[in-house]
Amino acid sequence: MKLTDDEKAMLDGAKGKAKQKAMDLLVRYGEALNAERLVNVTNVAGTWNAGSPAMKPFAEKGMDAVFSKFNLDSDEVVETPQAEVYTCQLIHGIDTQNAHVTGVAEEAVNRQKQAERYFGERGVAMFNTCTPYQVGNVPVRGEHCAWMESSAVIYCNSVLGARTNTEGRESTGAASITGKIPYWGYHIPENRLGTHLVEVEIDVDDIMDWGLLGYAIGEVVQEDIPVFSGIRKVPSMIKLKHFGAAAASSGGVEMYHVPGVTPESNSVAEAFGAKKPVATLKYGKAERKIAYDNLNSSAKSADVDFVMLGCPHNSIEQVWTIAKLLNGKKLSANTQLWVFTPRALRDTAELNGYGDMIRKAGGHLMSDTCPAIGRVMPKGTGVVATDSAKQAHYLPAIMKCQTWFGTVEDCVNAALTGRWQGGLQ
Amino acid sequence: MKKIVIRGRKVVGGVAEGEAITTHDTISGWGGIDSNTGTIIERRHELVGQSFKDKVLVFPGAKGSSGYSHFFHLARVAGAAPKAMLFNKMTAKAALGAVVTRVPTMSDFDRDPLEVIETGDWVKVDADNGIIEVTKKADASSKPATAAE
Repeated sequence: MKLTDDEKAMLDGAKGKAKQKAMDLLVRYGEALNAERLVNVTNVAGTWNAGSPAMKPFAEKGMDAVFSKFNLDSDEVVETPQAEVYTCQLIHGIDTQNAHVTGVAEEAVNRQKQAERYFGERGVAMFNTCTPYQVGNVPVRGEHCAWMESSAVIYCNSVLGARTNTEGRESTGAASITGKIPYWGYHIPENRLGTHLVEVEIDVDDIMDWGLLGYAIGEVVQEDIPVFSGIRKVPSMIKLKHFGAAAASSGGVEMYHVPGVTPESNSVAEAFGAKKPVATLKYGKAERKIAYDNLNSSAKSADVDFVMLGCPHNSIEQVWTIAKLLNGKKLSANTQLWVFTPRALRDTAELNGYGDMIRKAGGHLMSDTCPAIGRVMPKGTGVVATDSAKQAHYLPAIMKCQTWFGTVEDCVNAALTGRWQGGLQ
Repeated sequence: MKKIVIRGRKVVGGVAEGEAITTHDTISGWGGIDSNTGTIIERRHELVGQSFKDKVLVFPGAKGSSGYSHFFHLARVAGAAPKAMLFNKMTAKAALGAVVTRVPTMSDFDRDPLEVIETGDWVKVDADNGIIEVTKKADASSKPATAAE
């Protein structure tokens, strides 16, 4: 791999031990990819957490030990330097303000708080959300980034037009202190063109519909780049947030085009450039129903123990919707409700009184984590309901529970009555 | 002794040999493997319940969460990593996962290893020279000397 003078200096140790280790990892990673060079990045989203059980033996030796091992892949413990470029923490395993609800041990909570302070002081903005783009991290079109979190990566590439591959903990750790990542994959313009044409034959309008479209097409195209024609209504951020998370769960979609909506194409022709679609897919009533049935395939019992809302983390508008649906009502005695939003939006939700509205009904307003990432659910949960295609995809495997998928109204109704009464309209 | 040779590109250098464990399903790190034992835990995966620990893992590629590399990294920390990895589809996840697992890894083959290597075959991966030698299970069992390290 060709290195610039500043990159060679880092690799030779002229900029300190940590940057040397970071550059060593980036070179090994770049060579594994067969990348020709590195590219400068100005925006990094990764994870510097220390709360998970596997981190414990390392955290006991100090946060530098966690950083060296898991954020740099370095056997030698090096001192954690300040971030070189704008860096933020994504979602992680522990809501430190709601450990009494999730049942996470105090020791793990304290470890996580230590990590937040330690890495926070070194420039990692503790957004603690899978949706950094909701709380002020909005890269611009063409900006080279190094992001983790599949639902954020697809949003970053497709909706914002910024450029990132699906990075990992070690590569984002190295990118944060060097401002470098291999120039490969979605950093290269021609790799961002469409591969599959999807002719959408039905109206795709509400949030659930966008989730179903993403889930159906992700499964077919896997890691490829779908281009959607026939979208008649401009989708909101909330809908594209759900759509991308779904497509990145059933498949590995990291980039898509909705010509006229997403910034890199104004027409189907522009989305494909000089390339021809490798396949043309139809999305109609039948495909929509199959996606819905697949998402509900694990669910048998209509008695719902637990309702989870906010994957990807809810916008403030979504929290408002839920608060309104709950206002003046009480949850079923048999059902719990957890509502997730980014930490910063939770403050806004509390200011607006939404937190009180949710708690008065018997629910909890939470942040920083989700049931799948934190592996936390109310004790004894066997049956879950969620408005998230991503959560419905992962929870049956990770938490071994039945999971219903539907609209936010279906889910709030299940929380109030204890019964699943949703269905495809 | 008949050996099948496959050529490919080094992803992570080194030489290792061992028994193959082959799957036609892509592998997810987060939510897909138990890092403590190297066992595949994904419900509908071809290898569910089986471990890649100390085996040569032959698979199409990585899928799922960006936690992929971290969970393979944890498998190395726990001593549950595979001895070597061979995969077809290059992605950022698969590359970084191999790098932090630190075992000989290859990709970009002249023949699809999934069509040649079956679970139980003896496989020598010389990533530095881009050469894989496969001894089929039937041959390996009749000549156990080839299986000696």
